[in-house]
Amino acid sequence: MNAYEKLLKARSKDRATFSRFLNTIFDNFYEFHGDRRFADDLAVIGGVAYLGDLPVTVIGLEKGIDTKDKIKRNFGCANPEGYRKALRLMKQAEKFKRPVICFIDTSGAYCGIGAEERGQGQAISQNLTEMASLECPVIAIVIGEGGSGGALALSVADEIWMLENAVYSVISPEGCASILWKDAKRAQEAAECLKMTAEDLLNLGIIDKIIQEKNFDQTTKDIKELLTNTIKKLMSLSVKDLINNRYFKYRNMGNRFI
Amino acid sequence: MIRRAQFKKPRNKLEESEISFHPPIIKDNLCCNCPSCKKIVFLEDLKNNLGVCPICSKHLKIKARERIQYIADADTFEELFGDLKSNNILNFPDYDQKLSASQDQSNENEAVITGVCEINDIKCCIFAMEPFFMMGSMGSVVGEKIARLFEYASERKLSVIGFTISGGARMQEGMLSLMQMAKVSAAVNRHSKLGLLYIAILCDPTAGGVTASFAMSADIIAAEPQALICFAGPRVIEQTIRQKLPPNFQKAEFLLEKGFIDIVMPRYDQKKFLTDMLKIHTFNQEKNAV
Ligand SMILES: [Zn+2]
Repeated sequence: MNAYEKLLKARSKDRATFSRFLNTIFDNFYEFHGDRRFADDLAVIGGVAYLGDLPVTVIGLEKGIDTKDKIKRNFGCANPEGYRKALRLMKQAEKFKRPVICFIDTSGAYCGIGAEERGQGQAISQNLTEMASLECPVIAIVIGEGGSGGALALSVADEIWMLENAVYSVISPEGCASILWKDAKRAQEAAECLKMTAEDLLNLGIIDKIIQEKNFDQTTKDIKELLTNTIKKLMSLSVKDLINNRYFKYRNMGNRFI
Repeated sequence: MIRRAQFKKPRNKLEESEISFHPPIIKDNLCCNCPSCKKIVFLEDLKNNLGVCPICSKHLKIKARERIQYIADADTFEELFGDLKSNNILNFPDYDQKLSASQDQSNENEAVITGVCEINDIKCCIFAMEPFFMMGSMGSVVGEKIARLFEYASERKLSVIGFTISGGARMQEGMLSLMQMAKVSAAVNRHSKLGLLYIAILCDPTAGGVTASFAMSADIIAAEPQALICFAGPRVIEQTIRQKLPPNFQKAEFLLEKGFIDIVMPRYDQKKFLTDMLKIHTFNQEKNAV
C-alpha cells in the first residue's frame, strides 16, 4: 500500500474507531465529561479505567460509529473545549499518579467560528506546554488518522506508537496539493511527499513503534501487552528522569538533519 | 434549526494556510503603494514611521532585522545561531529552489532571527520571524533556533522577547515541522518554570502551528493593531462553514475582546512597553538576587 492508500484506509468506514479499542483493551471504564469552562466536547472521550490491574486515564479522539454518532462527535474534529477536557483529565492523572494513554484518530482540530473565538490555538498550545512536563507517564497511539496540530495536542508523550496502516501528517495531502499546486487532485502525490506513513515516521525518528495490524482481537491483545510492559518500565523511572527524557525526545527530534 | 454546514464533514485543517503576504508595491525608488489603503506613500516617510502607513496606520510587514533595529539599543544586537540553514530532508519537490529563492529575497538564512540585545540598557534575548522568508513558516531550523534561544536564556536567566509572523508549520518538512511545535513549547515551559519572563508580540499574520504553540504560551501576549491571528485561516473556515466571516474576525482587537491577548500595542509604543515590562517583571527577582 502506498501512502495515499493507507490514508484512505485510515479514513475508511470499516476501520475501528477509538471506542472499540477502549472497550476491548480496558476494563471498568468510567467516562468523565466536560472542560469545566464551556462544554463537553464529544469528539474527545476520556475517563478512568483499568489496564489489567492498573488504574489508568484513557483519552481519545472519536470519529463516531454511524452517521448519527459521527455528527454528534463532529467527525472526531475537536473544539478547544475538547482539548481542555483532555488536559483536565491529564492533570487529574498527574495528581493521582496514574499513567495517561491517548488514542489519536482525527482529520484535525475543528476549524469554525466558535473554535477560533474560544481559542483553538491557545488550547492546543497549552496542551503542548503542559504535556511537556506532566509528571506521569504518557503514551500516545495513532490508530487511524493523525491530523496535524489537532493530533499533536494529544500526543506529546514518552512514547508514540502507530498502527501499521495509520497516518500522521502536518497537513492533509488534499490541503497540501491545493496550496502548493493549486490542485487538490494531486493529493496522492502530496501524500508520498509528506512522509506520513508509520514506516516513514519511524525512519525519521518521530515515532517509537509500529503495531502490526492483524485481526482486531489480536491487535488489541498486542496493544494491551505493549502498554502493560511499557508503563511498567516508565513507572520505574523517577519523575525527574521521566520529564527529562521526554524533553530531550522532542528536543532532539529531527536534529540529525540540521 | 440545524444549519446545513453541520452535516458537512469538516474539511481537513490546513497548517501552512493560504494567508497572503503583501509587501508594499514599490513603484520607483521614491514611493510605493500601501497594500491596505492603496495610496501612494513615500518610502522615506514609511521608513521614518517604522513601516506603519502614515495615511491609514496599517502596520506593514517589515523585515525581522528592521524590527530588531527599532527595538534594540543601537549596536547592542548580537545574533546567535545565524549560520543554521535548512536542508531538504524529505526531498520535497521544489523545496531547494524555494529555500534559495527565499534566501535571495530576504537576505537571511532562515525565517527567524535570534540573538541577544539591550532594550534601554536591559539585556534580554530576542527573536523576530522573517515574513519575506517562505512566509515565516516554521521548519526544523526555525524551531531549533527558537528552542536554542530559550535554552540560552534559561542558562543566563534572561527574559525572551519574541515577534511572531508566520503562516504556520512548513509543510515541505512534513512531520518534522509539526514536531517543532512540541519542541519549542517544551523549551518555553522550561524557561517559564525558572521564573523567567517571555513576552510575545504577535504581528500580521500569525497562524497555524505558530499560534498553536509559542505565540500563545507567553507570560504577556501583545499584538500589533489589526494583525490577523488565527489557528485556521479565514478562507479555510469560510470553506468549512460556507458562510462569510465578519470583517473584524481573527484580528488583534477581536482576540482582545475574546480574552486571548493582553494588549494591542502599536509599533511606535513597543519599545517603551517592552522596557516597562522588563523592569516590572524583573524588579523583585533582582532585589532577591542582591
Ligand atoms: Zn495605508
